[in-house]
Amino acid sequence: MADLRNNFVGIKSPNPFWLASAPPTDKAYNVERAFKAGWGGVVWKTLGEEGPPVVNVNGPRYGAIWGADRRLLGLNNIELITDRDLYTNLREMKQVKMNWPDRALIASIMVPCEEESWKAILPLVEETGADGIELNFGCPHGMSERGMGAAVGQVPEYIEMVVRWCKQYTRMPVITKLTPNITDIRKPARAAKSGGTDAVSLINTINSITSVNLDTFSPEPSIDGKGSHGGYCGPAVKPIALNMVAEIARDPETYGLPISGIGGITTWRDAAEFLVLGAGNVQVCTAAMTYGFKIVQEMITGLSNWMDTKGHRSLDDICGRAIPNVSDWQYLNLNYIAKARIDQDACIKCGRCHIACEDTSHQAITQYVDGVRHFEVMEDECVGCNLCVNVCPVENCITMVGLEPGTLDERTGKIVDPNYANWTTHPNNPMARQAAE
Amino acid sequence: MGTTENGIIAGRLTPADYARNFADLHPPLDDHEALVAADRCYFCYDAPCMTACPTSIDIPLFIRQISTGNPIGSANTIFDQNILGGMCARVCPTETLCEQACVRNTAEHRPVEIGRLQRYATDIAMRDNRQFYERAEATGKSIAVVGAGPAGLACAHRLAVKGHDVVLYDAREKAGGLNEYGIATYKSTDDFAQKEVDYVLSIGGIDCRTGQMLGRDFSISDLLEKHDAVFLGLGLSGVNALRAEGETLDGVDDAVDFIAALRQSETKADIPVGRRVVVIGGGMTAIDAAVQAKLLGAEDVTICYRRGKEHMNASEFEQDLAASKGVVIRHWLQPKRILARDGKVAGIELDYTTLQDGRLVTTGETGAIVADQILKAIGQTFEADGLGIIALEGGRISVDEEGRTSMDGVWAGGDCIVGGEDLTVSAVANGRDAAESIHRTLMAAAQPITAVA
Repeated sequence: MADLRNNFVGIKSPNPFWLASAPPTDKAYNVERAFKAGWGGVVWKTLGEEGPPVVNVNGPRYGAIWGADRRLLGLNNIELITDRDLYTNLREMKQVKMNWPDRALIASIMVPCEEESWKAILPLVEETGADGIELNFGCPHGMSERGMGAAVGQVPEYIEMVVRWCKQYTRMPVITKLTPNITDIRKPARAAKSGGTDAVSLINTINSITSVNLDTFSPEPSIDGKGSHGGYCGPAVKPIALNMVAEIARDPETYGLPISGIGGITTWRDAAEFLVLGAGNVQVCTAAMTYGFKIVQEMITGLSNWMDTKGHRSLDDICGRAIPNVSDWQYLNLNYIAKARIDQDACIKCGRCHIACEDTSHQAITQYVDGVRHFEVMEDECVGCNLCVNVCPVENCITMVGLEPGTLDERTGKIVDPNYANWTTHPNNPMARQAAE
Repeated sequence: MGTTENGIIAGRLTPADYARNFADLHPPLDDHEALVAADRCYFCYDAPCMTACPTSIDIPLFIRQISTGNPIGSANTIFDQNILGGMCARVCPTETLCEQACVRNTAEHRPVEIGRLQRYATDIAMRDNRQFYERAEATGKSIAVVGAGPAGLACAHRLAVKGHDVVLYDAREKAGGLNEYGIATYKSTDDFAQKEVDYVLSIGGIDCRTGQMLGRDFSISDLLEKHDAVFLGLGLSGVNALRAEGETLDGVDDAVDFIAALRQSETKADIPVGRRVVVIGGGMTAIDAAVQAKLLGAEDVTICYRRGKEHMNASEFEQDLAASKGVVIRHWLQPKRILARDGKVAGIELDYTTLQDGRLVTTGETGAIVADQILKAIGQTFEADGLGIIALEGGRISVDEEGRTSMDGVWAGGDCIVGGEDLTVSAVANGRDAAESIHRTLMAAAQPITAVA
């Protein structure tokens, strides 16, 4: 049985599945239920400054997009940080940590970008026995208009400054939560590292308008006829999050910086993908908000079974295993040639591969052969683009098959070269020509 | 379970039982169910379902329109090809047409519910009385359409759209043909057939005259004198004889009459049925009659078919439906003699049959089934007077690929033509295509002659 115990910057939890700072971790009642369900840790919903708490809108807070059968694919929210009194939260955190000493409890914090504010709150949090803090530099709505959240996360200098304050005023590990609403995720990650952060966590939610009501012309969620951009999350954002995690994991300047992976994690498989791309653990929110806390049981058993099947004994065996395989485009092997193959026994003859290829790609799939409806790849036209694989409704019906070196590529009429060759040395590359001259 | 009193009597059940038994066989999909069902469509290219549909409805498109919350656009797509798409959604044997061709069968042995989705979209459009067609500028041409069944209605509608004036004749009291008189009640509830007739006729330009019978009230030559063209959608009004002793006994009835009477009855409580019923035949009519006899409260209903299960015209789905209602289907039995007591049916004696060198023969063995009612469902025949010299072939009207008969200016379609498939949807296709042919013919003739210098 694989060992799922997690040690993330010294914070121990029985498994790598934490609940992200969000509505599910707003109070002791929810967090107790989460721990009972088996979650390894929680990041308590973001605490604000002492004093009157923030207020939320009283209309809808969430917008969504759905796939087939109304399966939730993407969620957006305009909820702010906790709207409960700071001391109520601190008291509950302390009690919960006492009740669940083996679970990780992290305090998410967002206070104004002033040294005094951070200096004031950190000892209060430390007193609860929390295992660490997460700096909320990601919240993209509401708080950012007040100079907090994403407004900090978008300015690397501010990130570095605040992280430095935190490292100065607390002994707790510091996790810096990054916003994806920037052009290059490596910049804030480098700044956080410079400030001395123990880890980064990402991604926070993405600026979004999920839909517009075509009767009222109001964006959703609509508050009395108006809408505001909100933070997008859920399965739809996973590819964006995976890339950002990988960018930080393979950046020489931040290489080795612990990462808590967040963004659309819904199944054990999603979690495993984050882990192999360099995340030391993962945080989940939307999946729990969609299905309840019980999903962690699927995540734990799924990850464990996969690791057993593959012979991975602990998380250390898998974390970061895919990082060496993330490459810049220019280093991809241009001598690798693949062709689509359609398994005729599995083909249900829907014709989608044909029409996708015919209308939008390379006219490389037949519709009829000898007058009979028959979909087959014409290898002399196939560029190996993979579109047919992606539109085919039957799993594994169409596969990409790499041509063996030494065989003929019917499309180019050339023999497949066994040697690796990339764009940097390709004769069509002006830079490569220059270098040669 | 109704009363077990012997004889053919009405009112075997309570009103609640009748209402329950004759409710919609497939209740309509609600909005959510329709979305879930529509999501299963793969939007196939050159879709096999579309090829399998006799009217070539663009099924992937209409289902996609449902899935995007556009049922009105969906209905438009359906009606473009099949103005009786509402009835076809209810009565088409989809399990042998579009749904049989659905690629989901290969993927998971369960097709997209095309028929029910078609009903969903057409119901919404008809409920809202959304009209999609306007008549073209009047052509001044008049066409007689004889028979207001599916073929005639489809033909009349398409002609009206083209700007022609149509007089639609029908021998019966109501328009609709088999849609009104020949379909099991649970497939067409809430007087849908008449609602559909009204919807089709609302295009305008169609003068519907019921109670007018070809051969009795007018002849083909009468029509050709008054109209520029004639379309015959006459259906099959005759019924095959059993050719068994006792056929004229009290208690031997035609299944088509039984089915028609049920359709015209408000409560079904006035429709008499035997305690033990034997239905002779192996097609849809036999199933419709047998199932409804059972639903009326008959204790035993047995279908006797002279060949094997694999030869039955009734689809697998229909056979299963009958079985699920408690009808027993027996094969390789052929009527020999109706048994009588006191001048009424008391049972039926049957010959066992078998195939010998491809020929159906009796084995010499016989059996008997106790029955107080025998329903004949052994096929309908084409019967019409007043056709003049129009050529027949095998007892039905001979037509070319455009539906033209041997007589100039006369077209035909539906069950009355050679190769007529006894399917509502095929009749619609025939009527629609004949209308296009009539239109082309009349318009070509109407082209002004241009002098060539």
